[in-house]
Amino acid sequence: MTLKGRDIVNIGDLTLDEIDTILRTAEDMVPVARGESKSKIMDGKVLASLFFEASTRTRLSFETAMHRLGGSVITIAGLEGTSLIKGETLADTIRMADAYSDIITLRHPREGAARMSATFARAPIINGGDGAGQHPTQTLLDLFTIKQSLGDIGKRHITIVGDLRYGRTVHSLSLALGRMGASMSFVAPDIIQMPDHIISDLRDMGASVRKTSDLVSEIPNSDVIYMTRIQKERFAEEEEYRKVAGAFKLDIKMIENARENMIVMHPLPRVDEIHPEIDPTKHAAYFRQAFNGVPVRMALLKLVLEGPQ
Amino acid sequence: MKKLKITPIKNGTVIDHIKPGMALKVIRILNISDGSEKEVAIAMFTKSKKLGKKDLIKVEDMELGPQDVNKLAILTPNASISIIRDFKVVKKFKVELPEQVEGIAKCENLNCITNQKEPVEPKLIRTFDNPPRYRCFYCGRDQEDVTKNVI
Repeated sequence: MTLKGRDIVNIGDLTLDEIDTILRTAEDMVPVARGESKSKIMDGKVLASLFFEASTRTRLSFETAMHRLGGSVITIAGLEGTSLIKGETLADTIRMADAYSDIITLRHPREGAARMSATFARAPIINGGDGAGQHPTQTLLDLFTIKQSLGDIGKRHITIVGDLRYGRTVHSLSLALGRMGASMSFVAPDIIQMPDHIISDLRDMGASVRKTSDLVSEIPNSDVIYMTRIQKERFAEEEEYRKVAGAFKLDIKMIENARENMIVMHPLPRVDEIHPEIDPTKHAAYFRQAFNGVPVRMALLKLVLEGPQ
Repeated sequence: MKKLKITPIKNGTVIDHIKPGMALKVIRILNISDGSEKEVAIAMFTKSKKLGKKDLIKVEDMELGPQDVNKLAILTPNASISIIRDFKVVKKFKVELPEQVEGIAKCENLNCITNQKEPVEPKLIRTFDNPPRYRCFYCGRDQEDVTKNVI
């Protein structure tokens, strides 16, 4: 099925073939994303970039992607200055943006906001993160980074560390990795471990997964260590947050016995989960991962607005 | 023990095989006691060969619409409905769990967009038959107990 005209709300809406098409298209986009070659395929097209919640990488990389492809961007960054503050519904704001643009990317603090927006807009909606819900473009750029670094994803072992209960990115990432045949370790204290329904969905698809709180013993067997920030804003109680904050910190000594080509990833922003001494090593993939947001989002813009050729 | 007797109704609906203890909730959710003074008989925790115990409701001059039948199926999936006209059962059927329900039960995720002031009805999709499980179409949350949030 073609991606042209489709909404990208949930990574689960995409088949493995479609994910592969997006990753291959992203590879072709890398020179344009770096500014080494030029493209005008989005000439005359307008992206509405609606970010009702704080975002640095996702918003900037979507907007860079559109500019690099020769298109234009209209933007809302934060609630201030929007009609939502005056009590306008999101549905009405979306109808307005729909009238002004060819494609809409949206980040919103409420779960389900992107799916609802898709029912009101003629233009395709790309979900840039909805509350603690889905963040499919982050998953795509994570998969792209793993494939780019290791050559393949199936049969690899990925260790995912940190906030696995509330972390928006890790649920859709682990489900996508499971579908691709990777095995996983989930490293977290009990209180923020991976929810049972995700574990059970992963086991249903035949993925080999385990839960643990011991990061050090997972490192030698991992192809990827995916660190995440423990997000204060997802905890109802300050007390609960303080109990787990700073539980896992990766430093250079801990990765001494790592596999030669093991990569460390992080969706960023990091606080102190990864010591800066890892930054210059060959294992550090997180800045490349952040850059990869541009070619992956370029690929999506192209495939959703133009089709495959 | 003396058997409890409920007199037959001339026209209306009998809802049988209701999950024991659920009758009062059914009355409230289906807005059966809407102040119109129609005759309503309720039996609770009566013996049932099939279920052990059950509740039963008889309502004069009322027939249930499709949304009401869907609500009933979610609240008590074993219920059966008999439509009575002139003291005769003209139609009898078991409720069936709907594949999806719209505007019938709220999503239990308070942060779901359908629980904000947006022009959208909550929509739940069935993911499992026995026990019945539903997932929010919008936010994707698996509902722990959909019966608690029937509107």
